[in-house]
Amino acid sequence: MRDELRVAIESDADVVSARREARALAAELNFTSTDVTLLATAISEVARNITTYAGEGEIVLSVVHRDDRAGIRVEARDEGPGIRDVERAMEDGYSTGTGMGLGLPGARRLTDEFSIDSRPGRGTTVVMVKWGRPA
Amino acid sequence: MAVPILKQGEVLIASIQAALTDTDVIRLQEDIMEQVGRFRSRGIVVDVTALDVMDSFVSRSLRSIAHMARLRGAETVLVGIQPEVAFAMVQLGMSMEDVNTALDLEEGMAFLQERAKEREPREG
Repeated sequence: MRDELRVAIESDADVVSARREARALAAELNFTSTDVTLLATAISEVARNITTYAGEGEIVLSVVHRDDRAGIRVEARDEGPGIRDVERAMEDGYSTGTGMGLGLPGARRLTDEFSIDSRPGRGTTVVMVKWGRPA
Repeated sequence: MAVPILKQGEVLIASIQAALTDTDVIRLQEDIMEQVGRFRSRGIVVDVTALDVMDSFVSRSLRSIAHMARLRGAETVLVGIQPEVAFAMVQLGMSMEDVNTALDLEEGMAFLQERAKEREPREG
């Protein structure tokens, strides 16, 4: 199994590619179809944030293990303008763009672990983990 | 990839075949709006059975289609939302409360027929 998979995010077609790669990876692990869909939806949200706000970036997918469970770790990073107020960006309905402000808070609800690191002018990195069922 | 739109009587059926990019979604909006005018359609069915993800952008765009079509006198019904997708949409916080939905194409067509019947007396 590949340890790490990088998907460059530069256009809206790459958003679909990132989802597809995550699905392929999840198929090798013990994921229910619902969990795969939740993960794919979360990836879609963070990937779209990259194309919308930063223009380009990348998503790195990797398989992680804890006890008897395997999970997929998603790291979405860009060197875009960053988020001025991360706390507010995590609130439902807050958006500085034209979206609905569901992206980040929604992605957090769709995954098991979620963290975000962003500084104005320095870009944004979102890390999410979705765990599969115990082996 | 463009979404094929079939015309069946007063109804347009947009049958999404594969994952949509944002560009595809925007094109679908434009195509439906254009055809509603051209064919004087009263109903639109958007079949999303093939979508394995409906993220906030796609959901919002489909909702916009329903709102825009209503302004043009056509009723939209969204059919075929997969169970996993429905689950993810709720977790995401995406509400489609103001959009008509039905289980599948057959139910969607039945819904539009009912709506058409409701309209008749006023027109007669």
